Amino acid sequence: MASTEFLSEYLPILIFLIIASGLSVAMIAASFLAGKQNPDKEKLAAYECGFDAFDDARNKFDVRFYLVAILFIIFDLEIAFLFPWAISLGSIGMFGFWSMAFFLGILTIGFIYEWKKGALEWE
Amino acid sequence: MITSLAFYLFASILVLSALMVITARNPVHSVLFLILGFFNAAGLFVLLGAEFIAMILVIVYVGAVAVLFLFVVMMLDISFSDLRKGAMQYVPMGLVIGAVLLLEFFTLFGAWQFAPEAMGQVSAPIAADSELTNTEALGQLVYTKYFLPFQLAGLILLVAMIGAIVLTHRQRSGVYKQRVAEQFARKREDAMEVRKVSSGSGA
Amino acid sequence: MSSLSLAYLMPALPEIFMALSGLGLLVVGVFLGNGGTRTISWSVAVSFAVAALLLLGLDWDRIETFNGMFVLDRFTGFMKLFVLVGLITSVMISVRFLYQVQIARFEYPVLMLFAGLGMMIMISANNMLVLYMGLELQSLALYVLAAFRRDQNRAAEAGIKYFILGALASGMLLFGTSMIYGYTGSIDFDVIGQTLANNPVADTGLIVGLVFVLVSMAFKVSAVPFHMWTPDVYEGAPTSVTAFFAIVPKLAAMAILVRVLYGPFMSISADWQQIIWFMAAASLIVSSFAGLAQKNIKRLMAYSSIGNMGYALIGVAAGTQVGVGAVVLYMIIYMIMTAGVFSVILMMRRNGIGAEDIEDLSGLSTNSPLLAAALAILLFSMAGIPPMAGFFGKLLIFNAAVSAGMFNLAVLGVLASVVAAFYYLRIIKVMYFDEAVDPFDQQIAFSKRAVLLLSVLFITLFILKPDALIATSMSAAAALFTG
Repeated sequence: MASTEFLSEYLPILIFLIIASGLSVAMIAASFLAGKQNPDKEKLAAYECGFDAFDDARNKFDVRFYLVAILFIIFDLEIAFLFPWAISLGSIGMFGFWSMAFFLGILTIGFIYEWKKGALEWE
Repeated sequence: MITSLAFYLFASILVLSALMVITARNPVHSVLFLILGFFNAAGLFVLLGAEFIAMILVIVYVGAVAVLFLFVVMMLDISFSDLRKGAMQYVPMGLVIGAVLLLEFFTLFGAWQFAPEAMGQVSAPIAADSELTNTEALGQLVYTKYFLPFQLAGLILLVAMIGAIVLTHRQRSGVYKQRVAEQFARKREDAMEVRKVSSGSGA
Repeated sequence: MSSLSLAYLMPALPEIFMALSGLGLLVVGVFLGNGGTRTISWSVAVSFAVAALLLLGLDWDRIETFNGMFVLDRFTGFMKLFVLVGLITSVMISVRFLYQVQIARFEYPVLMLFAGLGMMIMISANNMLVLYMGLELQSLALYVLAAFRRDQNRAAEAGIKYFILGALASGMLLFGTSMIYGYTGSIDFDVIGQTLANNPVADTGLIVGLVFVLVSMAFKVSAVPFHMWTPDVYEGAPTSVTAFFAIVPKLAAMAILVRVLYGPFMSISADWQQIIWFMAAASLIVSSFAGLAQKNIKRLMAYSSIGNMGYALIGVAAGTQVGVGAVVLYMIIYMIMTAGVFSVILMMRRNGIGAEDIEDLSGLSTNSPLLAAALAILLFSMAGIPPMAGFFGKLLIFNAAVSAGMFNLAVLGVLASVVAAFYYLRIIKVMYFDEAVDPFDQQIAFSKRAVLLLSVLFITLFILKPDALIATSMSAAAALFTG
């Protein structure tokens, strides 16, 4: 079995998580228990400056948001590859360096493509 | 002790939030539960010692993929309650398939064997006493030993990029853009004209 | 080992060339704009041709590189060569079509190039991870191509159907791989093969893993019962994309299926033979009966390709060297026939609008007798009527099945080909004996004529010298059995 010693480094995070969730649960529970609740139909309705709600609160998004998000994910993933590379560069030598250089080159070409294509412009 | 406690905490929240993802009435809530699920899965990865994957899960999945899911949920103009009406008739079939899969997993898990030489064939084991962190160990393999899959990953990302642009990008016509260079290059002669107007004839 | 030497890269030279030219053409294309689609298309075709020449220039004795993840031998070399031929053909017949249906965007040929690269890597994979990466590179490009005519609902539907089911299949491949790794402790083909050879009684977990891998591959070759996407995608995608789907990826997927089964899993062949047996039989039965009811010629071709995969799977099920040789030959003949048929389907345009129904072919023999004759020859070959090439493909497959003792599968194959012959012959009947409708547009691109002519010539002249290709196929198959 692998040693689990390293996990003790994560103990503060665990404690933090427990306190944070405990606190938020306590607050919700307290307001639920202590507060006066007397709901009716009008109180629960969506409040829109005094008017009746016009339509669903969910609007259709433009597909351009999606395009921006997906291009972001692609570069996000690329960055994710950079972390292990950066800390082990000393031991993987020139081959490792050029390996990453080529990888970045591929994505740079993608970047040129999307820039020239105008996908990064909002208009 | 704390480790197993943490495991059961993460695992139970993960299962619960996964359940909520598919049962929540509001699709936006589903996505939020998915994010909760990702966080707990990251916790499980930390317990396994796969810290890098845990962090990637948080950065990429929570930070980017879940946001994308939210966009998609918002983008689709579908009444999800209508969608759900038809789905109910498939529930029995789905339950049967799920039960069969579960049963298969239990039998598999109960009778799992390793080939006798399996442990010796692991291609890059980390020695138990090594000081190497998870991320470093990955770094020493991905870029050199796994050169080919690594570059292919780059190409796959490129194709994904091309695909997203091909399928969603449109050239919009009739949009006025600010072209700073042109604005600066504009001279008085381009924009103005001085005319002598004789009286009574108009411009 | 861990340095970037020429010897390290050499065996993958065609792939490296394709990757670099793909990157280059992407940049050139974006600067030329969509007006440059024709230029980029022909450049992509030339890149494929150069890659094929590079491949021919390499030594095809078994050699591994990239730390044993990539293998070049007679089998992979031969299959890759024909994949490249198929790629060139599908680029050639699609250029004019892109302009005709106003989807002439330069990404189209570039995506085809990357899909082709994915197939080449996939065929040469010697490691489950590389196999997955190649498959994904190929599939991702194909999903986009299926939905390339994005303003059309049918194309979008085809793309999304293909994508969702394809993603499911990829997931299954990974899941199966994880089980195989769990048993053997490796994802390397050679190590898996060695481990299984040492432990003749395989564990259930491993078998389940193998089944998952097989399911995902059956999806890619569209074998029944994982064929559901095929008719819809074939019908919805732009016709040139359908042609591409029918011509090339099947060949690549069948090649890697054979490599996986006859490489790492050869020693448990008794276990997978039953699965392949079932899929072959189911594909034959479903395709021959479902094909009878089709009106749309693209859907018909989808069922025809399912049926043809059924025949090829008979050869795979045989589990012998003769069987593999027959599969190789069958797939090559299938590819050439399909290329011919699709170049005719792409010519089916009336007043600038594509005609896709079988009825549109009515009276083709009076309007354009040569075209009708060519299509008739191709269909006779598809139906497996001697002396066309298609007959020899089927003959070899049945021969392999019989010599492996699979008589019932061979009989089923013959019966299915009789039923399938009916729907091929129905098209010929429509062309020759039905009332003529308006003629098709007469302008036909040179490249389509060339592909059609070459395909027909191959199919009719194959009988003069069948031994050459058969012998090469057999020696390609032998490469899987020496190692």
